This record gives sequence, C-alpha cells and structure tokens, in this order.
Amino acid sequence: MTDTAVRPRPAAPAVPRTRRTPRQRRATRNRWLWAVPMWLLALAFLLPFAWMLSTSLKANADAFTVPMQWIPDPWRWDAFVEVLTGEGSIVPAFANSVVVAAVRVLGEVLTATMAGYAFARLHFRGRDKVFLAYLATSIIPAQLLLVPRFIYFQQLGLYDTLWALILPGMFTVLGTFLMRQFFVGQPAAFAEAARIDGANEWQIFWRLYLPMATPVMSALGILTFVWSWNDYETPLVLISSPEAYTLPLSLASFTDEQGAISANLTMAASVVSIIPVLIVFLVLQKRFVRALTHTGIK
Amino acid sequence: MAVSVAPAAPAPSAPASQAGPRARAGWLFILPNLVGVTLFTFVPLLSVVVLAFTDWNLVSGLGGIEFIGVDNFVHVVQDPTFWGSVGRTIIYAGLSVPLTVASGLALSLALDRDIPGRGALRAMFFMPYIVSTVAVGMTWLMLMNPSAGVVNQFLAMLGLADLPGWFASSYWALPALIIIAIWSGLGYAAVIYLSALQDAPTDLYEAAEVDGAGPWRRFRTITWPSLLPTTVFLLVTLFIGTSQGFGLVALLTSGGPGDSTTVLPYYMYQTGFQFYRFGYAAAIGLVTFVGVLLLTLAMWRAQRGRALHD
Repeated sequence: MTDTAVRPRPAAPAVPRTRRTPRQRRATRNRWLWAVPMWLLALAFLLPFAWMLSTSLKANADAFTVPMQWIPDPWRWDAFVEVLTGEGSIVPAFANSVVVAAVRVLGEVLTATMAGYAFARLHFRGRDKVFLAYLATSIIPAQLLLVPRFIYFQQLGLYDTLWALILPGMFTVLGTFLMRQFFVGQPAAFAEAARIDGANEWQIFWRLYLPMATPVMSALGILTFVWSWNDYETPLVLISSPEAYTLPLSLASFTDEQGAISANLTMAASVVSIIPVLIVFLVLQKRFVRALTHTGIK
Repeated sequence: MAVSVAPAAPAPSAPASQAGPRARAGWLFILPNLVGVTLFTFVPLLSVVVLAFTDWNLVSGLGGIEFIGVDNFVHVVQDPTFWGSVGRTIIYAGLSVPLTVASGLALSLALDRDIPGRGALRAMFFMPYIVSTVAVGMTWLMLMNPSAGVVNQFLAMLGLADLPGWFASSYWALPALIIIAIWSGLGYAAVIYLSALQDAPTDLYEAAEVDGAGPWRRFRTITWPSLLPTTVFLLVTLFIGTSQGFGLVALLTSGGPGDSTTVLPYYMYQTGFQFYRFGYAAAIGLVTFVGVLLLTLAMWRAQRGRALHD
C-alpha cells in the first residue's frame, strides 16, 4: 500500500453556482441518490450499538418489552452507577486491561522495532536463519499455543496473574515483521555516512532510523492496543480469579448471576468497555486503517 | 500495494567480512525480542508437538506424563465428535467467510465513489470489527432472544410465523454465529478492498467505456481480475481466523445446544481446559492446524495458477 486508504478526491472545478450544466446537475443528483441509501444502510448496520446504548439506560425489566423500546422510558443511569461503583464493579477489570495493554504496547513496540531494524539493516552471522525461524512460526495460530502456555505459566506460578497476558504479548513475530518491512524500505546510505563519521550502531538506530519509524511504530502500537483490549480467549484460559479479570472476562461475568443475564448491566459495562477503543479508532482512524491494510493483523 | 503478512524472502546476505562490532550489535538488537519469542512461542510450539504424543492430565502432575506414541492421532481419527466438529467448522467458515468477503466487496464498490460523508460511512461499517467479541456477542445474544428479542420482533413484523430460536435451538445456533461473524467482518473486508481499488487500472476503465463495455463487463474483465490477490488474501486470513477462534462460541453457546456449535477450536478448548486432557487437546490442535495449512496452500496455489494464466 502506498497511500492512505482514502482515494484523494479530485478538486472540484471552480464553477459558479448559478451556471451549472445539466450534466453537472445530474452528477450532483447521482451523488445523493447513492448517498441516501448508503447512509440508511449504515445506520441500520449500527442498530445493535443503538440497542446496546438504549438498554444500558433502561431498567432491566424494560430490556425485553414487546414491542421493543428504543428510547428509554424512563431514562435511568442506575446501570452505569451499579457497573462502576457497585459490588461487581468493572473498574478493577478496566484498570487491569489498561495495565496489560500499556505494558504490551510499550514492550512490543520497543522489542519489535529493535529486532525489525536489525533484521533489515544490520548484517550478522545467523541472521537469515533466525529470520527463517520467525517466518515459519508466523503462521502458527495463537490458539495452538494456549495449552503449553497454560502449563508453563502454571509451573512458573504466573498462571492467573496479569503477567500471563502481558509476557507473550510483549515479544511478537508479527510486530517484528511489520517493523522489518518498514526498515527494509529505508535507504542504507544514512547509516554508511554516519558510520564514517564515527557514530556507533546504537546512535545510528536511535538518532537516524528510529525517528523515521515513528508512524509505523504508532500503527503497531494502535493495533496491539486494540487487540489486547478486546482479547477474550487468552484471559479465558489463563485467568481464573476475579481480581485478575480483564474487561472482556468481566463483561461476560454479568451473565452468571443465577443463570440470568442482567441486560442493562451487561450493556452498560459494554458501553464503558468500548469507549477507549472507539476514541482511539476515531482519532487515529487513518493510521489505524493503514496499519491494518499493511498487516492483516487483528 | 502490500497486503501481505510476511515478506517473501529474507534480504540478501551481507558480505562475509562484516564481523566485529556490527555483528555484535545485530545480535544485541534482536536479543530482547528473540529471548521472548523463544520462551513464549518457539518453546510452546515444540511442546505442543511433544504433548501430542503423550497422555497427560493436569491432576497427575508433571511426573505423570506418559508417552503413548501416535495413540492420540489414532484416537482423533476415530473420534466422532472430532469429525462432527470438522463438519461444523467447514459449514461455519465455509459460509461466513465467502459471505463476508462478497458483502465486503459489494460494499467497497458502493463506497468507491464520490459520495457525501464517504469517510464517515466507511468508519461506521468498520466499527463492529474493532469492538470486542464479548461486547458484540452479548449484544447479539439479547437481540436474538427468541421470545422478545429485537430480531424476532422484526421478523414477526414482516409476517413470519415460524420464528427462529437462535441460540436456544440446535438448528439455528450455528446460523446465528455466522450472522454475527459476517456483521463483524464485512467492514474489514470492505476497507481492504477499498484500498485495493485505489490501485485498479483507471485508464483501462476509460478505454473500456469508450469501447462501449457496460458496467458489469467492466467489473468482470477489469476490476475483478485486479482484485483477485486481495480476494485470496481476505479468504485466507479470514478462513484462518474463523477456523481457529473459539471466543464467540465459548461466550454464547459453550458448543451447544447439544453439540450443534462445537466447532474444532472449541472442541480443543473444551478437551484441554475443561477436561484437562492436554495431550489429546494438543493432537486436535495440531491436526486442525495442519488441515487449515493445507487448505490455505491449496488456495494460494489455485490463485497463482490463475494469475499465471491471465
């Protein structure tokens, strides 16, 4: 991919509004003919989110009324109060998710950038062999590794701690690929010049190449954050006590009160849990999409 | 454009003379990552292979590991639940992946024009993809409530008398999962297609239009071939993801009702983490992985063959 995912729109010709040809008028009408159904479709597509929000603002008894109630009546904040301050508060799980995501992002971006740089720009014996080993494992699905990771973490005493979620996420093959791909495309001439000037390898990396890589590093960071924030399968296997729950586990636990789902609490917790990802996505949308089209990592 | 996960080949080797500080620097740079990847990826990977040849459960402790040769694999082949899971995985992935890709393609073609709010539209369709499985799953679970859920109320409004039981029915649970998977993934497919459409050969369109080719013909002869690598990429990545994930199933159905939604990865999860039969779970995981890998390779080759033809 060479550019942003949005095709640059050709600048509209500066035509005075009063003198539009029939053809231009038709083009404008066609634009709206397409836009209206697409907007309706998009709104229908997002109805589940509307329902999530609406239910989070209702009394639990109003969640499943016939006919359905889209606008809460009466409007209540109880579910949010309960979910944030009540007995099963999701705040500790939220904090756990923040810690896990933050350490993973920092660790992964740092180690993947250094390794990716070395694989791309430094020459050393054994490099290509190590890289081949990386390549071979890149297709291994994470789920396959859950059984041995479970056993190891249990032996190491890290089972049911946040470390079990953090450690594997700090050192990744896919992150290394992403960074290597970027550094391969960077000119070697800078490094040669700097070496002649007596700079050491760390200075060359830190002062010359790292600053160029910041957009890719942040893209990797965003992907890792979203992935870490949403991950359900890993904590499902490696975490058991509620104190170590991350948000996805905590959300799912609202189902198990006497077997009945508390609809408004679950939806209020869901709303709270998707806010950080939504903010990251809306603010950094372009970079996010670019990172995604680059890697295909979810 | 580079919609590929892995670069094709390692960069050419350096001249042999470059030992010394640069060589040491190289190792130091990869060391943190390499140590971590070794501990948390390479070693577990080898362990899975070893475990698959053992009979071991959590209760018997590390000393209770017993090597049983290929027994696990023999058992897998004779296990009716395994084959049932294979069938359900094929239905689940085989329906949800092509439908996700096809609807993503249609959406990207609809959005690939100058319409007001195009960026916002793209973001709206993409949104389900970035939201956690659990939030999405819990919402759909309630929307698909058989008696008072929004979906069935809507279907009843359309005049349907025999309403689907969704997650309460062994017939409808798998289709319900497929609907959720398509809803979650189609925005992703559309975004990938949209970025591929930027590279479509625009000059050819103009020439084809002058030659009087209609929209369908232009799509079939120009757009579709130029999107073929993207299509294969999406099919492969989504297929791998769909055939390995068990989150949605674990959250919503626990494989049921009955075993109607016990797909392969969930069967592995259940064997390993509910029955603690680690050796057998490892064998199921390996067999699944190799099967998916072979299918994926076949897809790549089919695409390469066709690309050479064109």
